[in-house]
Amino acid sequence: MLKTSNVATQGEHSVQEIEIKVPSNPQFLKIIRGGISHISELCGFSEEECNALTVAVDEASSNIIRHTYGGNTEEVIVVNFRILQDRLEVVLRDFGKKVDPEKIKPRNLDEIRPGGLGVHLIKSTMDEVIYDNTPEIGNQLVLVKYLPGGKDTN
Amino acid sequence: MLDVKTISEKKITIVEVVGEVDLYSSPDLRKVLLGLTGSKTSTILVDLGKVKYMDSSGVATLVEALQQVGRYSGKLKLANLRDAVKDVFELSRLDKVFDIYATLMDAKQSV
Repeated sequence: MLKTSNVATQGEHSVQEIEIKVPSNPQFLKIIRGGISHISELCGFSEEECNALTVAVDEASSNIIRHTYGGNTEEVIVVNFRILQDRLEVVLRDFGKKVDPEKIKPRNLDEIRPGGLGVHLIKSTMDEVIYDNTPEIGNQLVLVKYLPGGKDTN
Repeated sequence: MLDVKTISEKKITIVEVVGEVDLYSSPDLRKVLLGLTGSKTSTILVDLGKVKYMDSSGVATLVEALQQVGRYSGKLKLANLRDAVKDVFELSRLDKVFDIYATLMDAKQSV
């Protein structure tokens, strides 16, 4: 279920890569949360940032289950964590129906109603959110957070 | 796993939630809360002191319950939020929408 590897793809800088593959069943979300929680801690993020990163990756995974797979629990979610020199990248891959990035927007927070908060929680935490529509099958979402002291950190 | 206990006191019903509230477990919380709002429980205090994680589906469940109690002029109050849970409410700008108390005792005294 969990694979790790060292991949030197960033010039002279080593990249640590960890991959988690889980069924699209909500009962396995906890495994993904455990992964991002531990990795963000290793990256040196504050406790508050680790919590926010955990929520962001969990929300992205939940969205795959709910929207891409329509609640089907027998599909697959692959989460790839890449610790680079200046940032943590989390790549979420699914093999469900294509998502139109234009339709994925955070809702107006002035509306008090259940639902629709996930995208807001993701975008308010991550430095970059990239919907990569290049895979022939399924979708790839790339979440980027610059490391403490890395470029573009606030 | 999520454990949701309901404790009835004089004028209030306390819902004690233990565990992580996510897409998998939030339906369990929703079932209990909508059961209480369905029977028009006048004051519901949700004790989140033992909830170490809550996602947007958990928050949505509480928003739904809040809207339900509003329909019969009941009250729903939250108590004992850990920092990680409080952060989700703040990021969602819902910390001003709910009555949130630092302790369960504070919430009880507000009734």
